[in-house]
Amino acid sequence: MDRIERLEAESIFILRDAYKYFKTKNLGMLWSIGKDSTVLLYLARKAFFGHIPFPLVHIDTHYKIPEMIEFRDKIALEWKLDMIYGENSEALQKKYTFPDQKVDRLTCCKYLKSDALKHTLSGEWQRYRLDHNLKKYIKDAKTDPFNGVIVGIRADEEGSRSKERCFSPRSENNEWNVGDQPPEVWQYFNTDFPKGCHIRIHPLLDWTELDIWEYIKKENIPVISLYFDQGQGKRYRSLGCYPCTTPINSISKNVDEIIEELKTGKLANIAERSGRAQDKEDGGGLENLRRDGYM
Amino acid sequence: MEKEQLNFVVIGHVDHGKSTLIGRLLADTNSLPEGKLESVKAFCEKNSRVFEYAFLLDALKEEQAQGITIDAARCFFKTQKRDYMIIDAPGHTEFIKNMITGAAKADACFILIDAKEGIQKNSKRHGYIVSLLDIKQVVVIINKMDLVNYSKEVFDNIQKEYNEFLTNLGINAIRYIPVCARDGENILSLSKNMEWYKDLNVIEQIDDFKPKGKNIEKKFRFPIQDVYKFTEGDDERRILSGKVVSGTINAGDEVVFFPSNKKSIIKTIEIFPKNDIASIEAGFSCGFTLNDPLYIKSGEIMCKTKEQSFPQVSRRLKVNLFWMGEANLLIEKSYKIKIGTLETIAKVTEIINIVDSSELSNNIEKKTQINKYDVVQCVIETAKPISFDLVQDHHYTGRFVIIDNFEIAGCGIVTGSLSNENLAIDQYVKEREIKWDFGLISREDRAKRFGHKSKFILITGKKGTGKRELAIRLEKKLFESNYNSYYINVANLTDGLDVDLSDSIFDKEEFVRRMGELARLFTGCGIIFITALDDIDDYDLEKIKKLNMPYEILVVNIGENNYEKFSVNLNLQANPNINLATELILEELKKQEIILEYYL
Ligand SMILES: Nc1nc2c(ncn2[C@@H]2O[C@H](COP(=O)(O)OP(=O)(O)O)[C@@H](O)[C@H]2O)c(=O)[nH]1
Repeated sequence: MDRIERLEAESIFILRDAYKYFKTKNLGMLWSIGKDSTVLLYLARKAFFGHIPFPLVHIDTHYKIPEMIEFRDKIALEWKLDMIYGENSEALQKKYTFPDQKVDRLTCCKYLKSDALKHTLSGEWQRYRLDHNLKKYIKDAKTDPFNGVIVGIRADEEGSRSKERCFSPRSENNEWNVGDQPPEVWQYFNTDFPKGCHIRIHPLLDWTELDIWEYIKKENIPVISLYFDQGQGKRYRSLGCYPCTTPINSISKNVDEIIEELKTGKLANIAERSGRAQDKEDGGGLENLRRDGYM
Repeated sequence: MEKEQLNFVVIGHVDHGKSTLIGRLLADTNSLPEGKLESVKAFCEKNSRVFEYAFLLDALKEEQAQGITIDAARCFFKTQKRDYMIIDAPGHTEFIKNMITGAAKADACFILIDAKEGIQKNSKRHGYIVSLLDIKQVVVIINKMDLVNYSKEVFDNIQKEYNEFLTNLGINAIRYIPVCARDGENILSLSKNMEWYKDLNVIEQIDDFKPKGKNIEKKFRFPIQDVYKFTEGDDERRILSGKVVSGTINAGDEVVFFPSNKKSIIKTIEIFPKNDIASIEAGFSCGFTLNDPLYIKSGEIMCKTKEQSFPQVSRRLKVNLFWMGEANLLIEKSYKIKIGTLETIAKVTEIINIVDSSELSNNIEKKTQINKYDVVQCVIETAKPISFDLVQDHHYTGRFVIIDNFEIAGCGIVTGSLSNENLAIDQYVKEREIKWDFGLISREDRAKRFGHKSKFILITGKKGTGKRELAIRLEKKLFESNYNSYYINVANLTDGLDVDLSDSIFDKEEFVRRMGELARLFTGCGIIFITALDDIDDYDLEKIKKLNMPYEILVVNIGENNYEKFSVNLNLQANPNINLATELILEELKKQEIILEYYL
């Protein structure tokens, strides 16, 4: 059993515990279309033997790179996913966004991601659900809140994520108390929570960027082509909204070349999210956003 | 070449130099991002602060502000040999939950002791925790040797004292290393100031740690995590899912489950998207289908029949427990526990020994609670027999956690399986009856006046088998024959007596307890009390029977009889002929001399 197999076995174990304890309490999984949450989606199919017994939730900022949405819907139909998306329609309508030059990058993230996520999960804002017969999204009548949310973050992404637990409670206001988290011991997680609280579940915490790519290769998992150089000597390393995400210089054209690039340490001294402009606005920005519920 | 990462943790009392040691390891193995060391140094210079290697670890703004490591943050580094993850476990007592979280993941551990300050209370507590967390490879680092003039004598004394302590806990420390973390002495190379020390330096020691065994050689154990039956796409499979924690198994092997003792044969091994998997070994999360459609519950342990290595089955466990809950653990109070993949209810019934306590008096006799940060040896009693292992046999199924106030509040290891004698409930009932105020009327007086003895008639069976109909007709029949009968539908308790109960396992347990106590009250008045319950198992029945004592119970089961241990008094077909059924019950009551022939 090698490292990847061990990580896979652990992540599957966490996903199954999530389902075991939260299936009756509204469980959902966030899918950002990026490589990490796509790996997570694939792991869920493994955990449940080809089925995914809970909905996938995507937050559409409407500034996502268009290929991402195409990819989302193609996979959702192919894998018969129960696909839901939510959005901050008010901010979009009133153009309270960075691309519309009304707010700065971080505020834009807060409106289009954090707020949209929070209210989509709570069921206060309209959700849209994929109808597999009509092959399009229709307004979802269900408004019950998600009490368990599976999220594909990794501890090595940046400082604050290394403080996460596998099962992490968030209070009613999505608050995260970094300093006083309940302990996790051995194979046991905190699966009880008071009313009004919900739980974030993180099956990928121990994975690194390289692990992700090696697993994508091993299992032949489909990923979006934006991760590969199409001949311009540029590729995306981390995906987000197009106004705030820039590709890195790299000539990796396929999974093998990305693995090679990561292994030889060419990117060793460049942060993975370096193409994400919002991270730079302020040193602790991401931690603040995380406390506010941004994944 | 694939190099498996090894995880180790550094534990030590606050200020004994953990962060300095880790900062040093990162810096000396060139594992820091480019320019990091320089920028921290420059920052210190600008702010006229003395540079500290510990600063390198402060990944969070907040941490820098507080000046203490608040969580088991991870850092990564590599040597020629392999990759490492260092888990930085904060030493501050308030952050012990974080330390436990970090240390529980470790393959090996360093315990750090300040040469000048010596062995602190916390250093001992760390020893207890390491033994409870079952970390096998332990190395003790004596830091700040510069402050004691690199004295071999000081080092030897600390080693002697601490080693005696660890040995008592069953920990054999691999070695003791004297270092000066701040100056990097005995970290990457041996120190000139301590030529008397010729053993491994810290980096060599790290490379010398052995990765965790894979448990393939051990006997097979598969704790059932969950059972799936997904119907979508006409999927017919009923899959037992979980992780193989030790051994190997092949399709076609005969298996046996504990505690239910059910047997079957492995039909298929399931791993999406593969087909036809012939065998699987320890470490993998997978699924199994069986030849027989057995009803297996999550928390049971699947073993191979032919290996003849089976887990313990008992209700009483001897354990070592570390408590970290905000509220004290109360003896005799029911808590939710997790052991293996089972979640169930248990209580501490007896403290055998207090290993470590913040309290001054260690009087076990008077101790009715376990305080925060106590380490105790005690007896845990579960509501039902469970299967588990002793920690030295199989650690996965031999360790447990206790949940209180929605959090993991205690953790421990199982060191013994005790016989089921002297169960707390027997003790309780005995004491309850001794204390009971019986007034001036005896049981016999009542029976004489009423013309019959009292009895609790419990009708069991699945939903829709005609239990209620039988119960109300029986009540009427008895009543018309001048017997004092009284029927209660449990549905009527839901909004009243049991209004505070939900459908959690915890509350189901409480429901059963109240049922038993309620029966005791009614039978105590001398009447024939009748009720019906569905979804009740052997152990619940046993519990109700005991709680109703010294009065008697008569169990009438309708439909399929699933009771293996509890022998019911009467077993009737589903939706029985009511007249016939009431007659049979009356017969039984006569046989037992609850009602007497000539009264009829
Ligand atoms: N004299 C001396 N001081 C040290 C040594 N190692 C660490 N220190 C100092 O001890 C203090 C506490 O160290 P730190 O690593 O922050 O301790 P932690 O709380 O265990 O992480 C700091 O001021 C360090 O500079 C050492 O080997 N010799």
